[in-house]
Amino acid sequence: MIPAIAQRPRDAAGTWLSTRGVAERVRNVISMTRRNLVHISREPMQLSDVTIQPVLFTVLFIYLFGGAIPIPGGGSYTDFILAGLLALNLTTSTMGTAVGLATDLHEGIIDRFRVLPMWRPAVLVGRSLADLLTACLCALVVAVTGLAVGWRTSAGLPAIIAGFALVLFFAYSLSWVAACVGLNSKSPESAASFGFIVLFPLAFVSNAMVPTQHMPGWLQAAADWNPVSAVTAAARQLWDNPNPSASISAWPMQHPIEASLAWSVLILAVAAPLASRYFRRRTTG
Amino acid sequence: MGDTMIKADSLFKSYGQTHALAGVSFSVPAGSVLGLLGPNGAGKTTAVRILTTLAMPDAGRAWVAGIDVLAEPAAVRRQIGVAAQDATLDGLLTGRQNLVLVGELSGMRTGRARTKAAELLELFDLADAADRVVKGYSGGMRRRLDLAASLLTRPPVLFLDEPTTGLDPVSRQRVWEVIRELTGSGVTLLLTTQYLDEADALADRIVVIDHGQVIADGTPRELKERSRSAHVEVTLAVPGPEAEEVIAPLVSGRVSVSADGLRLGAAADSAPGLATALVRALDRAGLLVDNIEVRQPSLDDVFFALTGAHVPGDTSGSGAEPASAGHVGPGAGAAERHSEGARA
Repeated sequence: MIPAIAQRPRDAAGTWLSTRGVAERVRNVISMTRRNLVHISREPMQLSDVTIQPVLFTVLFIYLFGGAIPIPGGGSYTDFILAGLLALNLTTSTMGTAVGLATDLHEGIIDRFRVLPMWRPAVLVGRSLADLLTACLCALVVAVTGLAVGWRTSAGLPAIIAGFALVLFFAYSLSWVAACVGLNSKSPESAASFGFIVLFPLAFVSNAMVPTQHMPGWLQAAADWNPVSAVTAAARQLWDNPNPSASISAWPMQHPIEASLAWSVLILAVAAPLASRYFRRRTTG
Repeated sequence: MGDTMIKADSLFKSYGQTHALAGVSFSVPAGSVLGLLGPNGAGKTTAVRILTTLAMPDAGRAWVAGIDVLAEPAAVRRQIGVAAQDATLDGLLTGRQNLVLVGELSGMRTGRARTKAAELLELFDLADAADRVVKGYSGGMRRRLDLAASLLTRPPVLFLDEPTTGLDPVSRQRVWEVIRELTGSGVTLLLTTQYLDEADALADRIVVIDHGQVIADGTPRELKERSRSAHVEVTLAVPGPEAEEVIAPLVSGRVSVSADGLRLGAAADSAPGLATALVRALDRAGLLVDNIEVRQPSLDDVFFALTGAHVPGDTSGSGAEPASAGHVGPGAGAAERHSEGARA
């Protein structure tokens, strides 16, 4: 004889749809974001790609290449390159999202999260928000380094902020692509290789470092439609910095702000649901 | 007994060619402790992973606290605490931060999570290490912290997967104490272990699984009685030829008598009060007893009899017969050797 199975507890389900459920989700996301920030504070070298790298790149590009690259339409290379450096650094920093998630999945901690009555996507959202905060730090480092080496803008504060916000929003949407990669990586190391195989070419085959006018035709077409080019051109336009792409007839170069917003929204709309699907798949079995 | 708090019904689970579970069923009444006992790879962890919503069975059903695990995993997670075999902690957070995070993710407000965390750190002797990063913790400290994490929300159902594996004897004793305290408080506990003494010491009922199947189910006492492998040794003060006849009805098998007629030995059914019965019978016959020793069968005997010879080199699983357990001798040394073999 099997004794009767215990009655199910009354509060067991149905809380997710209530307002209490929403508040709880937000708290879960905050907890996870804080956890990831603590990780960074424990291993500050993790931050080198958003602190040391921007400084290094700024100095390298301005002093090594600055004199050798003429800007079509005139203007200083320093003023030209800053938006490009911001886009380059923020694009490559999304690698951190891939590595961070791959590390979480690789370690026992993910099983702890999985047996807790938490809102599971908080693992992803918390990661992306922590990475957005480090991206903000990165943007600050780029701006300060730029000002130190002579970057100037005549734009008003709202336009300046809008320029940074556009690039940060793009980096945020890209971090969800990185999340997809991290969730499909066998190890944190293979997630890291994503940065070199995908992110660096993405950042370099663009108008970020050099004007695309000098590129071979096919490469120029790729560069002009590269979302990194759109966000870079948008920031240049907003900051009244030299923007040689404005003379290129490709639609994204003629409408860089609209194009960069459209790219970011599109990437986010595809990558975020995909990432949560990959996450579900990796965490059930 | 009250309601069933944990129920596994014909669970099947294969990983490729390996049948981790081949039809495992058991149930755990509310407020009791079930020891899931078996050698490495027997399927214990797979069963726990299914019951704690971490894995899906290929077939079969499971309920925890009256909730269908497969249909409503999220609801199950509100009722359980889990300490997995590999301590599931965040190495870069401190012990305290780990517990607070678990509390918050379980729906506690931060303040309450901090209070509970402090309490549990104290209880598990981790207060001094609370603000150190977990990466630097010893194995025992990690285990205790993991256990603390599983208790943070005071869940009514607890799953502890090999909670003392790899612990030093002092830490192990400490974990046992905590588990005993818990079970006094009405918690339903499923505990997996490969240590027979652990199951014996902590569990109300034991389910032995091997090769993904339940091979025995009962109280520790029932299982021991089933092995019938007690050994009796009587030492007389003065030789008495009639002693052999006196004890023969009380034991099973032939009585061996030493050359000087002082020592008699025999296998016996492990019945309660066997020593008393022997002394009384010998006393009635006017025999002076110097010493009497009844070696009760240990769970080791049961285990090895049930699981077959899990010794290196023997994979047939049918080598040992129940009767042979008595000859092996249930001494602690032999048990340890066998346990090592089972773990290898």
